[in-house]
Amino acid sequence: MVNPSGSDTPLLRLNKIVKVFPGVRALDGVDLEVQAGEVHCLLGQNGAGKSTLIKVLSGAHQPDSGEIVWRGEHVTMPTPQAAMRRGIAAIYQELDLVDGLSVAENIYLGHEPRRLGFPRRGTMHDWTSALLKRLGHPEIPPSREVGELSAAGKQIVSIARALSHDAQLLIMDEPSAVLAGNEVRNLFRLIRDLVRSGVAIIYISHRLEEIREIGDRITVLKDGRTAAQNLPARSTPTTELIQLMTGRSVPTAATGDAAEASEAEPATASEAEFAAVDQQSADQSARHRQLGKEILRVENLTRFGEFTDVSFSVHEGEIVGIAGLVGAGRSELLETIYGRRRADAGRVLVDGRPVRRGSVLAAVKAGMGFAPEERKSQALVLDQPVVHNVTLATLPRFSSYGLLQRAHEHTAAARVTASLDVRPKDVRRVVSTLSGGNQQKVVLSRWLLGGSRLLLLDEPTRGVDVGARAELYAVIRRLAAEGAGVLLVSSELPEVLGLADRVLLLSRGRLVGEARADELDVHDVLDRLMEGT
Amino acid sequence: MSNIVSQQPGEDSAWDSRNGSELADQTGRTTLVEVPRSALRMSLGAFLRRHAGLLIVLAVLTIVGIVTSPETFATTSNLNTILTNASVIGVVTVGMTFVIIGGGIDLSVGAIMALASVWCTTLATQSYGPGVMIMCALLVGTGTGLVNGILIAYGRVVPFITTLAMMASARGLAEQISGKQTQVSRVEFINAIARTDVLGVPVLVLMLAAVVAGGWLLLERTTFGRRTVAIGGNAEAARLAGINVRLHTVLLYALSGLCCGIAAIMIVSQTTAGSSTHGTLYELDAIAAAIIGGTLLTGGRGTIIGSLLGVLVFTVITNLFIHNNLPTEIQNIAKGAIIVGAALTQVVRNRRSFT
Repeated sequence: MVNPSGSDTPLLRLNKIVKVFPGVRALDGVDLEVQAGEVHCLLGQNGAGKSTLIKVLSGAHQPDSGEIVWRGEHVTMPTPQAAMRRGIAAIYQELDLVDGLSVAENIYLGHEPRRLGFPRRGTMHDWTSALLKRLGHPEIPPSREVGELSAAGKQIVSIARALSHDAQLLIMDEPSAVLAGNEVRNLFRLIRDLVRSGVAIIYISHRLEEIREIGDRITVLKDGRTAAQNLPARSTPTTELIQLMTGRSVPTAATGDAAEASEAEPATASEAEFAAVDQQSADQSARHRQLGKEILRVENLTRFGEFTDVSFSVHEGEIVGIAGLVGAGRSELLETIYGRRRADAGRVLVDGRPVRRGSVLAAVKAGMGFAPEERKSQALVLDQPVVHNVTLATLPRFSSYGLLQRAHEHTAAARVTASLDVRPKDVRRVVSTLSGGNQQKVVLSRWLLGGSRLLLLDEPTRGVDVGARAELYAVIRRLAAEGAGVLLVSSELPEVLGLADRVLLLSRGRLVGEARADELDVHDVLDRLMEGT
Repeated sequence: MSNIVSQQPGEDSAWDSRNGSELADQTGRTTLVEVPRSALRMSLGAFLRRHAGLLIVLAVLTIVGIVTSPETFATTSNLNTILTNASVIGVVTVGMTFVIIGGGIDLSVGAIMALASVWCTTLATQSYGPGVMIMCALLVGTGTGLVNGILIAYGRVVPFITTLAMMASARGLAEQISGKQTQVSRVEFINAIARTDVLGVPVLVLMLAAVVAGGWLLLERTTFGRRTVAIGGNAEAARLAGINVRLHTVLLYALSGLCCGIAAIMIVSQTTAGSSTHGTLYELDAIAAAIIGGTLLTGGRGTIIGSLLGVLVFTVITNLFIHNNLPTEIQNIAKGAIIVGAALTQVVRNRRSFT
């Protein structure tokens, strides 16, 4: 399985790949070079473009410009099937397996060995056994239903499926996030075996120690561009990697192309928004002294397998940010406080009174308001007008003698949405026609109207374009200035640091630090989170 | 143009006020903090557009009726016949519409009707007189609906399975109670309901009108209705907004059961008997009427008026076939064709609204 075109030609080369989505340049000139038989690590902050890059590589997205050179040959991959046929397969974080089918059926789904149109079950099982043996997992029975397997088992099945397509390049997106410690070791052994047989791996992880252990070379992405290419995985200092990811100093080991790219105009999405946050952090210190009494107290909150023994508090007028990497348990923590998930231990108190575990109703009654990460599927009734969405949590207030006072309801909704400057102003507009930023304001309006004094915001600016982000930041600040306590989760560190007064560092389900936001910078935070202390 | 916008659209016709609001959307200049009351009223234009398909179908059917049987079709007595025939299934459909808008389905409506009709016509119940019979039918209907709702909301059995099971067991219980015998009602008050007119309108039709009006009010003008739409449109969002989705679901099935109880009284009056065969296949007719009336089978969208129009379309078709002495087989084919046609228009309309 040696690279047929000679060792000089890389297995895969990407040249200035650009992918634009409405409002954001997700990829803005990415270069990447992967050799056969290496583990190539991709590093970058959230939003740097890693996920988009994977999707371009695996045929799920089409690049707007740039070229993909596969084994020395220019190629396009119009569909995931086309990528598979060329030997490129992605193992996603959310494994895309069919729970109700057997291991063998999943592996050969869509390319079953057939005779006269009927799947040859015997052959399929034999091949599956062989594949699983090659992967060092002969203990998984080919006829077992995939839904009964553990996360690690499913991952093995996914990898086996990729190999069943003769994959030459496997893309693994945070493969260790779903695995326990010994399972990770198992995965690494498997990766080493695969690499020895000539397969190349693109390995994406936030955990530096993993990259040091398994990786050969590193490419760093920042703001949709390649910040540095082909760094040695074992010897490149951590400080240098973090500098490259955060863009705080000139990349030393970068190739000529990448250096050029980072000198180009800096008005990329996350920098502009960083500036927007920075601008407003001036008035932040003034607010420090005006903190009111404690609203929220979280005591030893635990959910097995998600987070452990988390304690902190939020005061009136305070914005507390939770910083953590993917899989640290940020959203899970927020949802548990809100009662969407039921805590296994510990308690949540609002105004000193404990809130019943696992009850959203109790949380809302206590004065909490929640803006979930998945706005469209968890917060909004999309084909209903703005007014109905805004008053959803406060309907009884507009009801008299059992009938809704709709004029009253409209007036109240119009007033509260106007105060957050939701556009367009007509509250009869169907919510799905609003932009992401305005939809988020509709969600905030709902809780504002309900008089919530404690807002839990999960990724409040996800899917919101750059200009609207600054507005949302202003709104969140104002709500805090008016006395609300805000608990903020965001995967974008500049956002957490710029918006919050106090930052909690969450790493693998534990609080590993707490500091005033103005005492931290992206650098320290990443350092502490990635080293996992 | 912006002059029109700044005018109070209150005194304008329905069409003008609609145009006014669209202009406001485009220019974005108007401040709608004070919303004029008239803007909240659904305009006639919007009503016509929303139900255009069914209104056209009804109009065509009426014309066909007038042409094919000029003497008998367009008469007051035939109108009363059509409305009376629509009354029982109409009441059931109102309950069904709520359940479907709320994201569920109720396959047990016909069986609940049968059970309520049998239970309220046992010799023992009849001996207590009409008041107790009516209470009995309503309680049996609501109670059965409650069982459905509790199994679905708290037992987490999917609505289709739960109500399918109830469909079988409620009818089984009805057969058990009645011994599969028709139970003749000897209570004159009950039997008289179907024979009585008030100001030329049959009481059964008035009952339908009352249930439709109540259903409309409940859906469009109350907290309950608003929450039903929200739950059907996005149950998770409703839950995270602090709505007690489970309790609400229980109430929805209880409401459907209550409608079946009312329908049971009506059918007992019409046939002067309770029977375990009452309401056979009503679940399918009610679902079909709601769906062609514009209710989204996946929930979150639908109207009571649309469902009523759906019921009327089916009733008028049946009436037409009887007037023309056509066999029921063809009638069923026509019904099927209309259901497919309505579903196709819904698909087209949805596709348009997503692009």
